[in-house]
Amino acid sequence: MPSDNVAPPLDVDRILADPGVRIVVCCGAGGVGKTTTAAALALRAAEEHGRRTVVLTIDPARRLAQSLGLTELDNTPRQVKGIDVEASGGELHAMMLDMKRTFDDVVLQHTDPAKAAEIFANPFYAAMSSTFAGTQEYMAMEKLGQLHARGEWDLIVVDTPPSRSALDFLDAPARLSRFLDGRMLRLLLAPARTGGRSMFTFVTAGFGVFSKVVQKILGAQLLTDLSGFVAALDSMFGGFRQRAEQTYRILQARETAFLLVAAPEPDAVREAAYFAGRLRDEKMPLAGLVLNRVHRPAVPDLGPDESLAAAERLAEQGGHEGTVDVLRAHAALAQQAVREQRVATRFTEAFPTVPAVSVTAQPADVHDVDGLRTIGAAISRV
Amino acid sequence: MGAAKRPDEPAATEWPARLHVVTGKGGTGKTSVAAALALALATGGRRTLLVEVEGRQGIAQLFDTEPFPYAERHLTDAPGGGEVRALAVDAEEALLEYLDMFYKLGGAGRALRKLGAIDFATTIAPGLRDVLLTGKVKEATTRTAGQRRVYDAVVLDAPPTGRIGRFLNVTAETARLARVGPIKTQSEGVAALLRSPMTAVHVVTLLEEMPVQETVDAIDELTSLGFPVGRVIVNGTRPPLPVGRPVTPDELAGGLHAAGLPADERTVSGLAAEARDQVIRRELEDSLRTDLVELGLPMVELPLLPDGVDRAGLDRLAEALVRAD
Repeated sequence: MPSDNVAPPLDVDRILADPGVRIVVCCGAGGVGKTTTAAALALRAAEEHGRRTVVLTIDPARRLAQSLGLTELDNTPRQVKGIDVEASGGELHAMMLDMKRTFDDVVLQHTDPAKAAEIFANPFYAAMSSTFAGTQEYMAMEKLGQLHARGEWDLIVVDTPPSRSALDFLDAPARLSRFLDGRMLRLLLAPARTGGRSMFTFVTAGFGVFSKVVQKILGAQLLTDLSGFVAALDSMFGGFRQRAEQTYRILQARETAFLLVAAPEPDAVREAAYFAGRLRDEKMPLAGLVLNRVHRPAVPDLGPDESLAAAERLAEQGGHEGTVDVLRAHAALAQQAVREQRVATRFTEAFPTVPAVSVTAQPADVHDVDGLRTIGAAISRV
Repeated sequence: MGAAKRPDEPAATEWPARLHVVTGKGGTGKTSVAAALALALATGGRRTLLVEVEGRQGIAQLFDTEPFPYAERHLTDAPGGGEVRALAVDAEEALLEYLDMFYKLGGAGRALRKLGAIDFATTIAPGLRDVLLTGKVKEATTRTAGQRRVYDAVVLDAPPTGRIGRFLNVTAETARLARVGPIKTQSEGVAALLRSPMTAVHVVTLLEEMPVQETVDAIDELTSLGFPVGRVIVNGTRPPLPVGRPVTPDELAGGLHAAGLPADERTVSGLAAEARDQVIRRELEDSLRTDLVELGLPMVELPLLPDGVDRAGLDRLAEALVRAD
């Protein structure tokens, strides 16, 4: 049982049942089963602990989304039907993040309709709301803030975006603030604030080499669009920043539990360790590590070398081909388990007090509610 | 260093492109495959450049070296006298370099940085960042010294499948914003290279459901955007299981006994369960492999590295890539 021997056991059920815990954030590198873990935890919170739960997923696999009844990206939580909540009285709702629509909502909320229309028509807005580096992370935070503010749910389970780095999720508010506070933005805003109509004011006002270069490279048209965009957004900046900071504080509060999700592979474990360090620095509550896809031989006493030696002996002897194959397969599995444990130890050595749980690899991928239930039970095995 | 080769000769006939873009779902081993491909294409006295653009320093981690600065550095030797060089492209540095190249900025570049202009430009101007990153890749790919190209091949460790279309297609975005000017020219140049036969986009996958689904989706997207898709690279494959009739508990108990191992019920049922899971897994892998074959693209399978991706492992992957047909 990799890592379980060293790290304190992670009791996921205690977290899911705790009425004081209102938000569970699942984070980690891409390809470690983050979305599946988030969905499995949310299902378990509803079925086993009777909580009114909503799971916010970001770009889930198609079949997983279908299993939750999410056939389209509509940015609204939908109740998941066909789950077993009769005894517990819980509920499960699920939604997929629609980045653009979330951004539109933010704009509408912070400005009047005329101004909003102006913003929506600006080509910069179209580009920024779908491609701005960090928009997805920021919008995930925004949506989390919205769901939290509505107070309709006992528990919100969040899956984080498949970022370049899991840290982008945490960095989004700071990046936004840095952007909003940037002197560059002030410069661009200057003409708008002083009543100037376009960047030409700015350019001819003589900002020296910089303005000339900017105009040369980007072209006057682009600068006009940009200036218009920035000026239109100006009225909303205060609200933007306030909300980002608010969500940040919620993430630091005791009502939040961060779960790191990893697989026993060097990259995923390294990423989890970085994230654990960041959470510690930012004083955010790290509840534990979920180590997915761990291989565990059913017969742990029979080591890889012994198994392989026996297979070779038997092969020479002849007559037991079936057993030879089984022993070879067992040796490979036991070998893999040893390797995985070595990788997992890197995390527990760096963070010995962080509770951890290992989830055994499933022979087939999960894409229905039964599968999620099985995973949920496996994560909660203490 | 193969100085006699003609400048337009590809590094290897099985890998005809000059710019190899390697994408794949997160966790499929994209960076390792990119590194192995750079090694493979450098084999036999060629020189290749391995580029990363996401600021993760994945190459440095893979080769256990110090983080790379924004400069092309010797990474490792390839079998047969070849050389792999590495470059971690940084959007800000690329912008400064670009400005300097066209406008002879000198000290003004530093002033721009102080003003926050660089940060601003690479953050706000959507797509600009990616134009700069791909622009640098294009420059390295087409760079010549004397009569021959500096690099026989450039391998790009690209963003994952979820973002690859957008990353390569920055030009559409940028053209909407910058209708004239050098940025537009720059993006058009990059777009032309990326859509030419000089480029191949390879998709790395595992024989698991989600990576295969993302591979199929990404190939769809890349094709519809007009990017030349190269190979499907299946990473982490295992040798086929011996096909035979499943062993019965009695046979297994007899076999264990004959091998001098404990043959109690717990051991027998445990080993039988392991074997059953193994068969389920392999059947799923076979059906996924069929899905990939149906894409009709050249495919290459790389072995699972039981001891993790160390240098010896990369050489094994490189060998498998060289042998690809």
